Amino acid sequence: MIVALSIFLITIGSIAFHFWSPWWWTEVASNWGNMDDTILLTFWITGAVFVAICFFVAYCVWKFSYKKERRAEYKPEDKKLESRLTWATAIGVAALLAPGLVVWNQYVTVPENAYKVEVFAYQWGWKYRLPGEDGKLGKTDIKYINDDNPFGLIIEDPNGKDDLLVDADELHVLKDRPVKFELRTIDVLHNFYVPQFRGKMDMVPGIITYYWLTPTRVGDFEVLCAEYCGTGHYAMRGRVIVDEEKDYKKWEAKQVTFEKMLAKSKENDNLQLVKKEK
Amino acid sequence: MSDEQDHKLEAKSDYVADASSVSTPDIDSVPDAELPDQELYHSHSWWTTYVFSQDAKYIGIQYALTAIGTGLLGLVLSWLMRIQLAFPGLGWLEPSSYYQFVTMHGMIMVVYLLTALFLGGFGNLLIPLMCGARDMAFPYVNMLSYWAFVVAVLVLLASFFVPGGPTGAGWTLYPPQAITAGTPGYNGGIILMLISLILFVAGFTMGGLNYIITVLQLRARGMTLMRMPLTIWGIFTATVLAMFAFPALLVGCLMMTLDSLLGTSFFMPAMVSLGETLTHEGGSPILFQHLFWFFGHPEVYIVALPAFGIVSDLLSVHSRKTIFGYRMMVWAIVGIGALSFFVWAHHMYVSGMNPWFGFFFATTTLIIAVPTAIKVYNWILTLWRGNIQLSLPMLFSLGFIVTFLNGGLTGLFLGNVTVDVPLSDTYFVVAHFHMVMGIAPILVIFGAIYHWYPLITGRMMDETLGKIHFWITFLGSYAIYFPMHYQGFVGVPRRYFEIYDSPYIDTSTLLLNKFITIAVLIVGAAQLLFLYNLFASARLGKKSEKNPWKANSLEWQTPQMPPEHGNWGKELPKVYRWPYDFSVPGAKEDYIPQNQPPSEIIGAKVEKT
Amino acid sequence: MNKKKSIFQLLTEKPWETDQIEADNDHQGRTVNITKQKLGLRTIMAASTVLFSLFIVAYSDRMLVNDWRNMPEPWLLWFNTGILVISSIVFHQATKYAEKEIFDKTKNCLFFIGFLAYSFLIGQLIVWYQLMGTGYYATSNVANAFFYLFTTIHGLHIIGGIYFWGKTTSKFIKRSLKKEDINNLIDICAVYWHFLLVVWLVLFGLMLSS
Ligand code: HEM
Ligand SMILES: [Cu+2]
Ligand SMILES: [Cu+2]
Repeated sequence: MIVALSIFLITIGSIAFHFWSPWWWTEVASNWGNMDDTILLTFWITGAVFVAICFFVAYCVWKFSYKKERRAEYKPEDKKLESRLTWATAIGVAALLAPGLVVWNQYVTVPENAYKVEVFAYQWGWKYRLPGEDGKLGKTDIKYINDDNPFGLIIEDPNGKDDLLVDADELHVLKDRPVKFELRTIDVLHNFYVPQFRGKMDMVPGIITYYWLTPTRVGDFEVLCAEYCGTGHYAMRGRVIVDEEKDYKKWEAKQVTFEKMLAKSKENDNLQLVKKEK
Repeated sequence: MSDEQDHKLEAKSDYVADASSVSTPDIDSVPDAELPDQELYHSHSWWTTYVFSQDAKYIGIQYALTAIGTGLLGLVLSWLMRIQLAFPGLGWLEPSSYYQFVTMHGMIMVVYLLTALFLGGFGNLLIPLMCGARDMAFPYVNMLSYWAFVVAVLVLLASFFVPGGPTGAGWTLYPPQAITAGTPGYNGGIILMLISLILFVAGFTMGGLNYIITVLQLRARGMTLMRMPLTIWGIFTATVLAMFAFPALLVGCLMMTLDSLLGTSFFMPAMVSLGETLTHEGGSPILFQHLFWFFGHPEVYIVALPAFGIVSDLLSVHSRKTIFGYRMMVWAIVGIGALSFFVWAHHMYVSGMNPWFGFFFATTTLIIAVPTAIKVYNWILTLWRGNIQLSLPMLFSLGFIVTFLNGGLTGLFLGNVTVDVPLSDTYFVVAHFHMVMGIAPILVIFGAIYHWYPLITGRMMDETLGKIHFWITFLGSYAIYFPMHYQGFVGVPRRYFEIYDSPYIDTSTLLLNKFITIAVLIVGAAQLLFLYNLFASARLGKKSEKNPWKANSLEWQTPQMPPEHGNWGKELPKVYRWPYDFSVPGAKEDYIPQNQPPSEIIGAKVEKT
Repeated sequence: MNKKKSIFQLLTEKPWETDQIEADNDHQGRTVNITKQKLGLRTIMAASTVLFSLFIVAYSDRMLVNDWRNMPEPWLLWFNTGILVISSIVFHQATKYAEKEIFDKTKNCLFFIGFLAYSFLIGQLIVWYQLMGTGYYATSNVANAFFYLFTTIHGLHIIGGIYFWGKTTSKFIKRSLKKEDINNLIDICAVYWHFLLVVWLVLFGLMLSS
């Protein structure tokens, strides 16, 4: 009796917790609201199965509890029932899978009008690089990383000259414009994750990974690293700020190009040389 | 004779059938043994009896105790982590220690506790007994297997005492992070971890060889494959999986060891560490992930299949009812086992591998859900119109059904690519795998220990203590892991030493952390009760009668209980039926042991279905 | 009825039905009609095959990265391959002689096989030595690293084989076992030798062709 009742109450409690606990996802800030929809769909289907099976178990435990004089039914199998259940499950599973695959297809297909932003991860922090006026990101190689060239751009590549280097952990993106994040790491695996954006992808040394999204509301969001990367993993935070066009332009204007940065550091070097000579 | 039956014998069995209607004794007739009885090794000294034992029963107990001992360490580590998560203000743990604890906890629980306990422990104890063999096929190799496991555990423990401490790479040991300077234990601890795993694989292979050959070749007469208890099916299939999956771990470990010790570049790409460019070049971290999960996913089923098998038997015995859909259950075990080699990359949807793989692996993963669901249906249909005894094994089995169902259903979230994207690497994942491969199998282990304890010690475990243990463990662990899913929805990432008051996390999430930790400590305390019951009952427990649960399978039918060396006395048992003849219409008792000759149960009628 | 039951027939039996019960009661409890040692060897060979296949997969994947530099194949490797081929042939002969109970010839074959196996290992070590002498270290390129790894793992399998060869040979000479038992052991070692030859040919072929 107690056992049946507790299984019953656990089920009810789980449902209650689901609907009335304060813990739920953050308000979505990108076009990936349809990921939330797939989650909800999954919740409805699996939730129904969970409740049905738990109630069934509770019922059995209550109804068929041991009596000395009673005998259990002798029934090794029931082909019809089994095949019906199999088909029902297969259909349920297919209903989950199909929308999942559709959304995944969107997730891995970057729209042509998406503009690019490089997210640059290192142990343990974030930097960003924008393609500049030509819309192209210059080639890089970690061999060239040094104080004057923190992103390791290949100086000979003309595409890199006008790249805007954001040597800070804060990135601005445009509202309602699809953006493709090109993800690069110079050391271990990381993962660029903003809970409100829903998207996620590991960054792998040696290759450039990517994902895309369209921010849908203005706001200030926290970036978290979602792939374990060593002792500082939990502290590897950054910020993404979604702007309207006007604010974005203001921010963009403040960023320096690679060329300017090189020139500046050369000046510094010269200054230092002059100082030394004196 | 074997399954390769020939014409002559078929004719003979016809004859037997005819004769049965005439004179009773004939129906018990079984052809004379064509195979010689197994030769046994007899130990002569204390050392070879109790330490370097070659008797599978002892080896099973040795394996189980070693695994449980190691598991306790894993449990203590989890308390330390949970205290840090709930009370970050205490500031008593370094982040590096936290990560070392996460890693050791995960690896210990999955490999050194669950794998060793199910296959090494229950495998050794139950395979010969349930199949009706005197011992394993190669007892000496079996002994070596155990001692290799012991050495593996010792090497693992040794890593706590090397400079830099144990590895903090996470149980997945992903390179490059596992062997570069940002990770604790990157040059000492990780090497010992890899060596320990290599030893474990070597030891396991020796054991696995025994389990496979014993099940296939050393069964009692009359014990066809389809008359084996599902426990054996589960352990057997899991062993086969392990024999094919562990090589992948071995390959990964060997190549990573070389990358770390010699500086080769199998997995190590060109990278910067501590501001310096390392000499590695061109290696592929994703290749390691493929190898790891080619092992790692079947590993989940290596733990799950024995649990499936055991729980099926517990449910059947304790509800006095034939397991529902035995054949489907066998097919599901075999089918899940085979499919489990085609789903590994569902752990890598957001790993940066070619995203088009996502379609394939999401599909295979959801396909595997079907046989798994069938198993659940058959368990609950076994309860239907049963005669359910709420004994301790039954309670734990019911607990298993609820937790496994919950964890299995959240698996549908994570297996379905898109749904996985927002949830991967969050506490939703932590909650999911603890439900499905942490709590659920552990509940089965408890049920199994309460069930087979009399077989080992001849005494029963204390029922009241057991009930307290059950309720706290079951309700407590549900209270730990059910809410944890919702932290994952909020977006709390896993493997975080501390979450801080992030703008997106309101303080109530931190409050929930405190609640979970308190539940963890209560559940932890209940395990001490269990340990007390486990050891004290060996002396103080009520003496058990023979076959206390009135089960059919052979392990309860030995001439002595607990069984002696060689298990079966002078003559090996003969098997006349499958192990699920419970409540057969017309029979006097509600169970008919597998080795009970037909002449003794005249009148029991089995209708065709 | 078929002589051999297919796995599907086997798994669809209904063990609770009367006909099936009668058929099952005659079963001797063994799944296949070979000795447990033979089946054990097959299990080990299956696991080894998976191991080597995974190495090969890793090799093929890693090969595509452009830092790959091919390694020279010293002629000695061909010689070592020859040794392996011969030892396999001799082992085949040994099983034939053992079958016919020609004690001396069997014994000679067994000794010769031991000699060949050790020569192979020494030969492989010399290859290592030569390669390292000419600057092909495991660290200089991953292709080299794979070569050293493959030869080591294969060599360890050979060493394992030598251990069982030693046990079998000593039992054979002491004549401490029944005829079928000792022949069974010799057969098993022979199969294992052929297996290691095939593994080597595949690995060697892979390294030659890339
Ligand atoms: C009630 C007992 C247990 C508690 C309180 C517990 C607690 C934890 C905690 C706090 C973490 C770290 C989460 C994070 O920071 O990401 C963790 C990780 C983990 N646990 Fe448990 N655990 C328990 C039992 C188990 C069992 C039985 C298993 C066996 C499958 C298991 C397997 C793992 C694994 C594989 C990880 C992941 C390690 C990693 O991220 O590298 N745990 N557990
Ligand atoms: Cu990280
Ligand atoms: Cu998996």
